[in-house]
Amino acid sequence: MENRMTVIFDAVTDNEAFARNTVAAFCVSLDPTVDQINDIKTAVSEAVTNCIVHAYPSNSADNKIQITTTVTEDSVHIVVSDTGIGIADVNSAMQPFYTSKPEQERSGMGFTVMESFMDTLTVENNVPTGTVVSMSKAIRGADWKKKKL
Amino acid sequence: MKIEHTNKSDNLYVKLFGELDEHSSAYARITLDMLFDEKNVKRVYIDMSGLEFMDSTGIGVLIGRYKRLKPRGIPIFIQSPPPTVDRVLKLSGIYNIMVKAG
Repeated sequence: MENRMTVIFDAVTDNEAFARNTVAAFCVSLDPTVDQINDIKTAVSEAVTNCIVHAYPSNSADNKIQITTTVTEDSVHIVVSDTGIGIADVNSAMQPFYTSKPEQERSGMGFTVMESFMDTLTVENNVPTGTVVSMSKAIRGADWKKKKL
Repeated sequence: MKIEHTNKSDNLYVKLFGELDEHSSAYARITLDMLFDEKNVKRVYIDMSGLEFMDSTGIGVLIGRYKRLKPRGIPIFIQSPPPTVDRVLKLSGIYNIMVKAG
């Protein structure tokens, strides 16, 4: 059975902790380990930071971030989307240490962290504008599946 | 987040508490630079055991501090990062420029 939650909030740094903690709380029904919860929180934080820092260069009350979290029997799927300026070259953006804002002391590790802390990561253009980041992670391992059978 | 510090002879001991993300990064930058600018500092130890969360924004903060201290020949030592923070640090290669000391 799938269970889904969607939140829409202003793209401001005040909401970063809210975003990662809300997604983490929704995943608790899967009985994740502390490490898995921390991985999810970190990946969500990276995606949300990208929206705030890169997707919306100018302040506006219309700058929103949407996160849809779906939990299945054994995994979590998280989609973070914005309606901002989008990413001109996704392949470059996903390279470790790539940053379009080196003057701001940015590490350029956001997508690399998401990629290594989650099992899958895809980055696509949103329609008509913006970016959609989708990532998923298996929470319950083979042991749990065996036990269930 | 919160930052505490003590000075012992030439050593500056800094302890980070709470969550280091984009929201708290400006505070972390300003506070650390202010502490680092003390004349008698020769070595900086950053205790991360009280850090509950850090994403790659924290890496940017650390690399920025490293770049400021390097011309003065001041090394940074990282102490006691929690497992998830340690993974972000390892992934970014930060231990190539800062020594993990405990």
